[in-house]
Amino acid sequence: MSVHFDQNLYELKQRLITMASKAATAVDRAIQALVERDDDLARQVIAGDTELDDLEVAIYELGIQLLSKAPLAGDLRLITVAMKFGQNLERVGDEATTIARRAIELGQEPQLKPYVDIPRMARLALDMLHEALEAFIRHEPARALDIIPRDKQVDALNKQLHRELASFMIERPDTITRCLNLMVISKALERVADHAKNLAEEVVYLYEGRDVRHKLKPAPPNDLAEPAPPAGT
Amino acid sequence: MAVTPLNLKVRAEVPAGEIAADHPELITFERLSLWYGAAQALQDISFGIRERLVTAFIGPSGCGKSTLLRCLNRMNDLIDGVRITGQVRIAGQDIYAPGVDVIELRRRVGMVFQRSNPFPKSIYDNIAYALRLQGIRRKAELDEIVEKSLRSAALWEEVKDRLHASALGLSGGQQQRLCIARAIAVQPDILLMDEPASALDPIATAKIEDLILDLKRDYTIVIVTHNMQQAARISDYTAFFYLGELIEYDTTTRIFTNPARKQTEDYVTGRFG
Repeated sequence: MSVHFDQNLYELKQRLITMASKAATAVDRAIQALVERDDDLARQVIAGDTELDDLEVAIYELGIQLLSKAPLAGDLRLITVAMKFGQNLERVGDEATTIARRAIELGQEPQLKPYVDIPRMARLALDMLHEALEAFIRHEPARALDIIPRDKQVDALNKQLHRELASFMIERPDTITRCLNLMVISKALERVADHAKNLAEEVVYLYEGRDVRHKLKPAPPNDLAEPAPPAGT
Repeated sequence: MAVTPLNLKVRAEVPAGEIAADHPELITFERLSLWYGAAQALQDISFGIRERLVTAFIGPSGCGKSTLLRCLNRMNDLIDGVRITGQVRIAGQDIYAPGVDVIELRRRVGMVFQRSNPFPKSIYDNIAYALRLQGIRRKAELDEIVEKSLRSAALWEEVKDRLHASALGLSGGQQQRLCIARAIAVQPDILLMDEPASALDPIATAKIEDLILDLKRDYTIVIVTHNMQQAARISDYTAFFYLGELIEYDTTTRIFTNPARKQTEDYVTGRFG
């Protein structure tokens, strides 16, 4: 392929890195807005989502343009992976928006209890996202493979939190709205981890050409061995 | 010299694998090397081509892909100074063995070239010519084979009303399909195609590619092409050659999405060659 084509591929990668960084920041700030009860910050996250939407469209358009040149082998894999990356990252942005919206609603009422598990879930999901991005930038499929089973830890935390919030709602019906908002936030973080896992799988495909989706045995969620703090969400 | 009849039966052993199970190897190259005088054009080529699939030979100019194609119907015999070692087997039979009937071999292994080369005769006679040489004289039988061949080559509807007009009046794409009809009229097992669409416009090319995909139901097709996308579109297996060596041979999907060798990757992505 031509020098121009290589420049376009470089541009595609740069846009992905920018988008991944912005998507991760959005989730991070949405959680910060929740924990610090900062409505302004939450509104900034919501407003910033259009930037991620625009980046997704730009990456998709560039991908289509490059596919029309009929690339093959590594180039073909990079472009298809980039288009899927863009889609997953846009959805991470949507989850950040969901968290921010619910954070604003939660800010209208007294805090139910100190937030412990939700920041912990956010940290796990964001670590997965960062690792997937690093594996992409540094051409490290083995690192990407290590990320995939970690999704189960976040799933387990989400389930645990749902159980806890359900019993809370039974005991204190006046907390139902707040509990439901926290359930949505927990589910959003679980989805962020899913997207991070998808990205990791794409990185393996990009650099090794093998499709590991739905093929890896889930690792036992060993993180659950550590008892969750009793009073935290 | 006694003439050995070609007995083209498919070999019994079937290699493992999903595609392989239905498509055993029909052609095998065993340590094939070829020299034009002192210059070696093919180096120790060994691999197998499966029946009723399309196999593409790709590689930069001078890599030996056309030379290898021409080994399959012994077209290289016509060039002075060619020397061959190793074996080419079709259905287990060494086609370079002494006494092989080369005329019969070329009937069983048809060929279509880059430039269409119809005879300066009518459309009908282009196809009937080889049949008459085979001793088929009855008009009804000739008519039937001509129509069947033209239908198989997706040309019948376009020419049925002018079968006795000159073939040279057809468009380039039609002439090429006529050459394919001519090749299949004598019921070969294998069709060799040396860049059959490189002189055609995109629409005529698409028709040839569709035709190739239809024909693979009945024929084993080996195609040389410089067009990577064409190889990706129509072939099941792809062999990449460089400087007379077979660098990589695998399913087309694998060659064009995730080749094992860096040289293949660099060639198919257009970074060398």
